[in-house]
Amino acid sequence: MSGADVLLLALGAVAVGAGALVVTTRHLVRAGLHLVVCLGAIAGLYLVLGAELVAWVQVLIYVGAVVILLLFAVMLTRAPIGPADDLDRAAWPAALVGAGSGLGLAALFVSAYGWRAVEVAEPGTAGLMGDRIFGSWVLPFEVVSVLLLAALIGAIVVSRPDIGAKDAKERAR
Amino acid sequence: MTPDYYLVLAAILFTIGAVGVLVRRNAIVLFMCIELMLNAANLTLVAFSRITGTLDGQIMAFFVMVVAAAEVVIGLAIIMSIFRARRSASVDDSNLLKY
Repeated sequence: MSGADVLLLALGAVAVGAGALVVTTRHLVRAGLHLVVCLGAIAGLYLVLGAELVAWVQVLIYVGAVVILLLFAVMLTRAPIGPADDLDRAAWPAALVGAGSGLGLAALFVSAYGWRAVEVAEPGTAGLMGDRIFGSWVLPFEVVSVLLLAALIGAIVVSRPDIGAKDAKERAR
Repeated sequence: MTPDYYLVLAAILFTIGAVGVLVRRNAIVLFMCIELMLNAANLTLVAFSRITGTLDGQIMAFFVMVVAAAEVVIGLAIIMSIFRARRSASVDDSNLLKY
């Protein structure tokens, strides 16, 4: 077992433990903070895999932006800060689906690769990734920028009732 | 490097996220579970990019992150407007289209 495998097992245990706490904790805010730990461990896994740019983008976008947005939403919906008992519904269908998808996916992946080792390829540094993104992936890149603009405008329109209401009034006239 | 560790780990994380979506009631926790599932998918993409020795999987993971960020922005705006209309962030309370 190499050093990378030890790091993988440690970070994987942290990620799975924090993920399980996200799903089981009774505190909304703590669920968000456990999510930070889980996403950070996954960023560490990306580093172990040699995907440097993806790891730092993970830290910037997920840990930096998405979790902050989620915590803002928790605060804006005036969630109770203490434990909330009405967070869960019946667990048996979820257990069924979870067992099915987990065992199925794991069996599929393991049967596809059968515990054999592979050669480690070149790391995904920012320079190499940039070459590929602005080379063969430039069209999806442009489409994604249009998607982000649409999401920006959509969020403003959805969250400001005065804009939408005025529109509907004009249309009704 | 054995890729199976990563793939099994991603399967476990995806399962945790899927179970969370089915079990939890608060819309914001549902979002957190969806993020977990997206991260599991990203982990498989990066692991496969290492297996095949190309960078394409990492670039796809990058795009998945961008789309996930857009999804969170729109989803939280929708949750906010639902909360404004119904004073609740629980998905069980927004059931007008159910029957």
